[in-house]
Amino acid sequence: MSATSVTGLAGVQPAPPDSDSGPDEHLLDLTLHVWRQAGSGAEGEMVRYAAPGISTHMSFLEMLDVVNERLIKEGKDPIAFDHDCREGICGMCGLVINGVAHGPQAATTTCQLHMRHFTDGDIIYVEPWRAGPFPVIKDLIVDRGALDRIIEAGGFITAPTGSAAEANAAPVAKDDADLAFDNAACIGCGACVAACPNASAMLFTAAKISHLAALPQGQPEREHRTLAMVAAQDSLGFGGCTNIGECAAVCPKEIPMESIARMNRELLRASLKRGRSKRR
Amino acid sequence: MTVAPEVPSAKPPTAAPHAPPAEAPREAPTRWRVAPADGAALDGHAPSGPITELWDRHRFDMKLINPANRRKNHVIVVGSGLAGAAAAASLGELGYRVSCFCYQDSPRRAHSIAAQGGINAAKNYRNDGDSVYRLFYDTVKGGDYRSREANVYRLAQLSVDIIDQCVAQGVPFAREYGGLLDNRSFGGAQVSRTFYARGQTGQQLLLGAYQALARQIHVGSVTMYSRTEMLDLVVADGAARGIVTRDLVTGEVQSRTADAVILATGGYGNVFHLSTNAKGCNATAIWRAHRRGALLANPCFTQIHPTCIPVAGDYQSKLTLMSESLRNDGRIWVPAKPGDTRSPNEIPEADRDYYLERKYPSFGNLVPRDIASRNAKEVCDEGRGVGPGGRGVYLDFSDAIARLGVEVIKERYGNLFDMYERITGENPYRVPMRIYPAIHYTMGGLWVDYNLMSNLPGLFVLGEANFSDHGANRLGASALMQGLADGYFVIPYTLANYLATAKPPPVGLDHPSFKASESDVAARTGRLLAIGGRRTVDDFHRELGSLVWELCGMSRSAEGLTKLLDQLPSLREEFWTDVTVPGMGAELNQSLEKAGRVADFMELAELLAIDALHREESCGGHFREEFQTPEGEALRDDDHFAYVAGWEWSGEKGSIEPVTSGPLPTPILHKEALRFEHVKFSQRSYK
Ligand SMILES: Cc1cc2nc3c(=O)[nH]c(=O)nc-3n(C[C@H](O)[C@H](O)[C@H](O)COP(=O)(O)OP(=O)(O)OC[C@H]3O[C@@H](n4cnc5c(N)ncnc54)[C@H](O)[C@@H]3O)c2cc1C
Ligand code: SF4
Ligand code: FES
Repeated sequence: MSATSVTGLAGVQPAPPDSDSGPDEHLLDLTLHVWRQAGSGAEGEMVRYAAPGISTHMSFLEMLDVVNERLIKEGKDPIAFDHDCREGICGMCGLVINGVAHGPQAATTTCQLHMRHFTDGDIIYVEPWRAGPFPVIKDLIVDRGALDRIIEAGGFITAPTGSAAEANAAPVAKDDADLAFDNAACIGCGACVAACPNASAMLFTAAKISHLAALPQGQPEREHRTLAMVAAQDSLGFGGCTNIGECAAVCPKEIPMESIARMNRELLRASLKRGRSKRR
Repeated sequence: MTVAPEVPSAKPPTAAPHAPPAEAPREAPTRWRVAPADGAALDGHAPSGPITELWDRHRFDMKLINPANRRKNHVIVVGSGLAGAAAAASLGELGYRVSCFCYQDSPRRAHSIAAQGGINAAKNYRNDGDSVYRLFYDTVKGGDYRSREANVYRLAQLSVDIIDQCVAQGVPFAREYGGLLDNRSFGGAQVSRTFYARGQTGQQLLLGAYQALARQIHVGSVTMYSRTEMLDLVVADGAARGIVTRDLVTGEVQSRTADAVILATGGYGNVFHLSTNAKGCNATAIWRAHRRGALLANPCFTQIHPTCIPVAGDYQSKLTLMSESLRNDGRIWVPAKPGDTRSPNEIPEADRDYYLERKYPSFGNLVPRDIASRNAKEVCDEGRGVGPGGRGVYLDFSDAIARLGVEVIKERYGNLFDMYERITGENPYRVPMRIYPAIHYTMGGLWVDYNLMSNLPGLFVLGEANFSDHGANRLGASALMQGLADGYFVIPYTLANYLATAKPPPVGLDHPSFKASESDVAARTGRLLAIGGRRTVDDFHRELGSLVWELCGMSRSAEGLTKLLDQLPSLREEFWTDVTVPGMGAELNQSLEKAGRVADFMELAELLAIDALHREESCGGHFREEFQTPEGEALRDDDHFAYVAGWEWSGEKGSIEPVTSGPLPTPILHKEALRFEHVKFSQRSYK
């Protein structure tokens, strides 16, 4: 392990005057161990960084921003990590924090995790998603293109622009619409894959299959979709599901294990009907 | 379709308290030039005829491309948000060869994903008096009379088709128990025309478009380039013929030819550094197109959202929007006296100032976005703001909780309260939320005509990246509508017409314009990496943002704008001499990506300020302190400013070399006169 020290306080504002209305701001002195890897072919290693003076009001990614600013000022290479919306919806961020995908707070993406969940003196391990189908590109950034390939294989309803019927022509029972929505909430972050010992993408795939199978518009392609997506998932190197449940435990959008059970039923149903289908 | 367009009854012109006398002193245009009056006026090419029939007639008049010939045309779509994904998917379905680009690792992550509230459509499912004409009317009026009527009417017409299309794709909109689609009223509209999918409407609409796009990628009609950034537009022989991109993983710079280029790259709100936009949102694509000759229209029309979580510290990286719906039940207040540091629950009623309820008795906390925002700034400027830095006001639910019970409030706003608590660590059921306005949307953008084509032939601009449709102020739930209308239903027709009439001749990468663009891009990258200064890119971005926010944000004045215009060149100069960008060009280098974007924001900021200085009126999101009514309301000047300001880059268009010292080359103003034949001028009042 190589060691690097990072110095200098971030410009931190004084605590709010109405501090009893919320948690006081504290400054934390932390030690980070961060996975550094120059490129996809390179060897990687955990590198230690001192991170003093981190405000409890910062988000985890803001903490990394501060560390990076200090690194750059010291002429060092900043830590590469993916992020965009920083409000828990785009699915771009994703770090394994102390061994847990997206860190310690349930139902929370990495970008929404705040430093008040840590205490002074903590040692924090920060690693990328680790899964065969997600090769590391640099440091904490991985290639999740395989999830796009699963959707491309069949995660859609064929409805070319202009061909749609009047929207209210096909009523959808509210329960079905809600079930569809609950599953459609997946942000495609890949935490489920990272958390699974088998690197299975079942929760992700099941979420899309459940979303579309719950709607009348999704019926015509129901079996084809399931077969195509599951086949794609297998061919991309994702593992099978052995019902461990780590995926649902880390999912920031709380997609339940039940969706995987539903997908398995859909798969069975599709396999039974497959003999009759001409489309493959 | 359920709604037949309703023909307008002749509306009596509302008595308009007209803007200041024509003689009002005008800023002497030393910082810009007006295009000579004898030159060709900027023409929006809106067809003429009865407004209800324009689009239908135009569709018939436009030329088509034979299905067998579509494959011969290669179209570049930059952007995979609602506008870009809808366009790429629809054009792929039609048989064009499409290449689509986005800077994220997947097209599904475009910033559209973050839209919360909903999407408008004139379905009139509620039988509450809505119609295509009413949506058109509301949008023109809400835009404070600075948009093109023909475009807005078409948008309102297409809104109904969008909902059909999205439902067919499986977008899980909210439904009622009977299984039909639910609607709500949004942003103060008098009719319920907003379709929504919980608080994640943008996400669900984008996933619908993304899935349609994925299908085209799978069949090979669209080639997707993720983690690829457009760094230049290639204009060859007077037309847009390609782009130069950088592969964000390998750093490889590549040119690509096309028969037409479509930009759907979103808004430029991050010029303010802190905004509700995603971190990567940038102006690079539109700014470089501007430098190559595309007009940039109305950049000073920027929208501020009143209810965002305030800044907590210098390290703040973005601002999070809290839905506008909170103002339905929350009461906004600040301490009556400056410097009151008691915690909110210790401040008795008598020492509180519910300033919106006091000043606007009939609308109270529900005044429009800009009024709520400006008033928050005003009370904070008076030293009555709360929270860190005194930049916040309370949004208090205690009365609503007492009246309706915690359960009802939880049912209505539970997920928003959770989000607030996650970010601030404060429990809004017990202590009032703190909110403050933030930049949220940019109405300005590249100028386009009725066909969504810029002044550069072959360059089309869709979604937030163009200036069209929203005028000086966008109504809630209308951006999603516009992006999808542009992408699904407008561009497939207007692009075909262009390709069929212009018949772009073949062009090769050996064309000198490609060589020039490529070497310009390489030179910029090399230059950024070579500076080796002392300040980080973020540091510059923060400084730029706070200057622009302070002097060209919620309210603007000639004095402040002049100050800003005096400071920007030196900040830019400092950037180009003292920024430090670590790493190399031929690798994944996030500092380099940011540096390129901030460099463009630094130039765009100057044009934004010039536009704001030149527009001597207050309208929509543009509030000039000198132009207000005695009651402090925005004062429009329809006699002098009912036009679109299209700015031309007056410098060398054959190069995108950065301006590293002194002001930008004096921009040239082209005016597109706006005529309002259906919606008559009137002034807003919310007293
Ligand atoms: C928090 C929030 C909430 C909102 N809520 C609502 C709402 O409820 N209703 C509503 O109507 N509107 C809402 N809006 C506004 C609306 O979301 C946006 O205006 C709209 O989604 C923009 O869509 P777009 O397709 O034009 O651009 P975007 O979705 O921003 O997409 C831009 C695309 O361009 C790509 N791109 C950008 N630059 C480059 C480059 N240089 N090279 C390559 N690719 C590039 C990006 O990768 C991305 O794919 C909201 C906005 C915000 C910020
Ligand atoms: S199922 Fe959950 S963890 Fe997996 S990609 Fe979707 S949101 Fe992420
Ligand atoms: S950055 Fe978008 S979900 Fe975290």
